[in-house]
Amino acid sequence: MHPAASIIFFTTASGLGYGLMAWAGILAAFGQMPLHRGLGIGVMVTALVLVSTGLLSSLLHLGRPERAWRALSQWRSSWLSREAVAAILTFIPATVFAGAWIFLDHLSRLAGVFTALGALITVYCTAMIYRSLTPIKQWSNPTTVPVYLALSLMTGATWLHAFLLAFGAGSARTVLITGAVAVISIPAGYTLKRRAWHYDPTPAATIQSATGLGGTDIRSVEWPHTEENFLLKEMGYRVARKHAERLRQIATGAGFIAPLLLLVVTAGRQDWLATAAAILAAIVMAAGITVERWLFFAEAKHTVALYYGR
Amino acid sequence: MTSLPGKTDKKLGLVIDLDTCVGCHACVTNCKEWNTGGHMAPLTDLNAYGKGADGVWFNRVHTYEVDDAPGCSRTVHFPKSCLHCETPACVTVCPTGASYKRTSDGIVLVNEDLCIGCKLCSWACPYGAREFDVFEGVMKKCTLCVDRIYNTNLDEVDRVPACVLTCPTGARHFGDLGDPNSDVSQLVAARGGVDLMPELGYKPTNKYLPPRPRRTAAADVGATAELVSAPGGFLGWVDRLLSR
Repeated sequence: MHPAASIIFFTTASGLGYGLMAWAGILAAFGQMPLHRGLGIGVMVTALVLVSTGLLSSLLHLGRPERAWRALSQWRSSWLSREAVAAILTFIPATVFAGAWIFLDHLSRLAGVFTALGALITVYCTAMIYRSLTPIKQWSNPTTVPVYLALSLMTGATWLHAFLLAFGAGSARTVLITGAVAVISIPAGYTLKRRAWHYDPTPAATIQSATGLGGTDIRSVEWPHTEENFLLKEMGYRVARKHAERLRQIATGAGFIAPLLLLVVTAGRQDWLATAAAILAAIVMAAGITVERWLFFAEAKHTVALYYGR
Repeated sequence: MTSLPGKTDKKLGLVIDLDTCVGCHACVTNCKEWNTGGHMAPLTDLNAYGKGADGVWFNRVHTYEVDDAPGCSRTVHFPKSCLHCETPACVTVCPTGASYKRTSDGIVLVNEDLCIGCKLCSWACPYGAREFDVFEGVMKKCTLCVDRIYNTNLDEVDRVPACVLTCPTGARHFGDLGDPNSDVSQLVAARGGVDLMPELGYKPTNKYLPPRPRRTAAADVGATAELVSAPGGFLGWVDRLLSR
């Protein structure tokens, strides 16, 4: 599949933003979030900006962005519509939670719970868009939803940990909690992603079933068109195996291994070194997960490619 | 409404004979000709005469070489257009309600005034039947010539999809595949018509008739050798002399 920059940015940024607000809401619900205005501004404004710019960037992907509101109508059948509805509904508790925290010096447990629920439901809907696309085996399998949720929570936890240290806002206990959550979520996220990368690679269909022709070998000898058409531009994208392997290594190193090492080495500390390590871990992880997301699209193979002998 | 009808009154669709198709692309051309002024008009072309030519087409003909017997292969031309599936995921994934499947005849259509151009339907179609119009910013697809088949301004004989009307070899057939007694259903039964990618569960309405089994030798047609008898006279004498 064509790795469109707008969709890669949307899924990565909104995944991170929703993960960040989900953890803020969960910790607030358990009374573990420090009531610190600067932290509230840092965490919630970042989360809301990431989610909003992600959604705006996904609008740029549309052929007719001015009609985007229509996407709210078909929630009965369409996961994309459900995602849009969930994303908009989540703004309500998230704004209340952020507003109360920043302006009223109040951490609302109820708004926190609903923010976390809304955030996770939205990420779930995003994942289900891909999970339900039968022609693309790399997406339409049981690994897609766990990976989206896990990577959202992993990036969110790592960023929340970095914010706590950067604002010097957390008690030793809070920093320990966020650090532990981040450190546990990284191997969990990697395990799930690895399972997705190595999931049954047989395609959803074969050239035999796609054409209804028998025969041991069916070779495409002539395309219907001489230049690349919409189908090939959108769904015939190919990434060289050599590059895919290298990019998986980069995604693994930056998305999982480097942040894990940085957090483990500085675990239990709240000094400038731990802060610098946490911020670096958060940034490197976001870059690594962007590479992961690029591969998620670029490596996905659509059955229409079969007709072109690809 | 992108929820699917539980049952359609008719299942209008095409039956495509891969044995007869010669890959002339007449169906492709007439499809483009009719539909660029039809229900989904225009079928935009970009840079049509230059490098990187691109455009919207509802019907495409691929050509394959198939090894169907040891040491032998044959050429098969393979026209591909929307199969008007019974369970079209292209419809259910649509977030706006632009895509729909008609309850009366099962035709899958796009309302271009509602389409936001998210392209998700084209991802959901395993057959590559939908093509995005970058100029209009909306998705387009085969209408089964809904603006021909019910068009009372046309003679009754012409009320078939443009691709069927134009096929010079009679490789394309149109009818109600939901009626087991229809000509197309009988043809499918007689020739062992197949679904494309049945394992994906889209239940396509259109059917493909596989090429007939290969003949390895020509049959004896009973033609006897009829030789011209040798001429007589002077020319006969010259012929015998020169043939010596």
